[in-house]
Amino acid sequence: MIRSISTEVITENIKEMCIEANHCLSKDMEQSLKKAEAIEESPLGRKILGQLQENLRIAEEERIPICQDTGMAVVFAEIGQEVHFEGGLLDDAIHEGVRRGYKEGFLRKSVVGDPILRENTKDNTPAVIHYTIAAGDKVRLTLAPKGFGSENMSRVFMLKPADGIEGVKNAILTAVRDAGPNACPPMVVGVGIGGTFEKCALLAKQALTRPVGEHALVPYVKELEQEMLDKINRLGIGPGGLGGTVTALAVNINTYPTHIAGLPVAVNICCHVNRHVVREL
Amino acid sequence: MDKYVKTPITAEVTEELHAGDYVYITGTVYVARDAAHKRLVEALNQTEKEFYAETGGKSPLQQSEAEELQRRLKETLPFPIEDAAVYYMGPSPAREGRPIGSAGPTTASRMDKYAPRLLDLGQKAMIGKGKRTKEVIDGIVRNQAVYFAAVGGAGALLSKCIKKSETVCYEDLGAEAILRLEVENFPVVVVIDREGNNLYETAVREYAKVN
Repeated sequence: MIRSISTEVITENIKEMCIEANHCLSKDMEQSLKKAEAIEESPLGRKILGQLQENLRIAEEERIPICQDTGMAVVFAEIGQEVHFEGGLLDDAIHEGVRRGYKEGFLRKSVVGDPILRENTKDNTPAVIHYTIAAGDKVRLTLAPKGFGSENMSRVFMLKPADGIEGVKNAILTAVRDAGPNACPPMVVGVGIGGTFEKCALLAKQALTRPVGEHALVPYVKELEQEMLDKINRLGIGPGGLGGTVTALAVNINTYPTHIAGLPVAVNICCHVNRHVVREL
Repeated sequence: MDKYVKTPITAEVTEELHAGDYVYITGTVYVARDAAHKRLVEALNQTEKEFYAETGGKSPLQQSEAEELQRRLKETLPFPIEDAAVYYMGPSPAREGRPIGSAGPTTASRMDKYAPRLLDLGQKAMIGKGKRTKEVIDGIVRNQAVYFAAVGGAGALLSKCIKKSETVCYEDLGAEAILRLEVENFPVVVVIDREGNNLYETAVREYAKVN
């Protein structure tokens, strides 16, 4: 049975999601900051973790964005193959939702229309949209505004199969160590292993939308997530990069089959303002 | 150690500041980030070019000529650079009745290319977050300046310390315009002091464990 969805509904939802994501962090992120404050060894680190929680309270109550970098809007749209869209183009509907959300929500317009000419588009469009087709008649939208303090510190490593899991661990630690204070720690580390050059980057980005505390289903990947979180937190970077024992709140790893000749690894770093809102329509 | 300082940030002020100090700033702070820095430095280059055209391009300059060039360069800038504190930041738009939106620091390393030039013209304080290059650290030491970090990602909290905000210039740059802020007890940490001590290196070593 084909189900019709008006693209205006998509626009309205994207608009609301932009505003919500920038003012309220998901509960798992809030809880992980609270837990971090309890285990942080550095007094200055604890103070900063306390301020970050206070910041979340002010953002929600007074409707001030959690961070002034309200990001470039990344949208994951999983579309059930029984769905038919009515109205304009789906792409346009999503961009329009971002346009309205950033205007009505008093969010910063941080997008330039060309990477070299660099003129601000003044409405935060376009969004970066990733479509997938799923079974069923629902549309699942994930909106993740991405700030560039941490995006700039993200990396892709094209390792050799012989580098193996030790090479992967080394790549993750290298990216986090190099990011240091620039990426606004404590961070969430999204990792993609396998696929192709672009697939591993996408896996890493998707990994950031997984709730903190939820682990990969593959046993060795889950162990790797736990081991890397421990190792990252032994680097000493700490909250704000000012020294401490909580440098990351979570390491989320996604994997995908790859080529006999390759071992791509992407490390997408996100700051503690790891924003994402999910809606199913 | 907690310290309270008022702007302008003079050499007497920076003498008392050491890496690791927790500092509350009150007074006037100027806001500029990537695009504004690019324009400031382009304006300085233009002034310099005109000056050398006038003087016939000879080098080295006599002392009186060098002083005249310094004076003209300072005049080129749209705000008084001497002992100024510059905050690397691009705020979100203010809601009605508020001076500013969310207002946390941006990554300072993107201003590394421009910062030594401004420090040499008298700027004393930079507020941002993240690592700096050796050239910037040398500029800090050479000019008795200081680099403060504000907490990244705490833009809502930090905005509460900003009492007033007005545009100085480059309004067409949107969130990247140059602003003049009045701040009250704006919390920062001294990361690099005028002796060149760098908290990012020392504090991380203190908490690092063998992997």
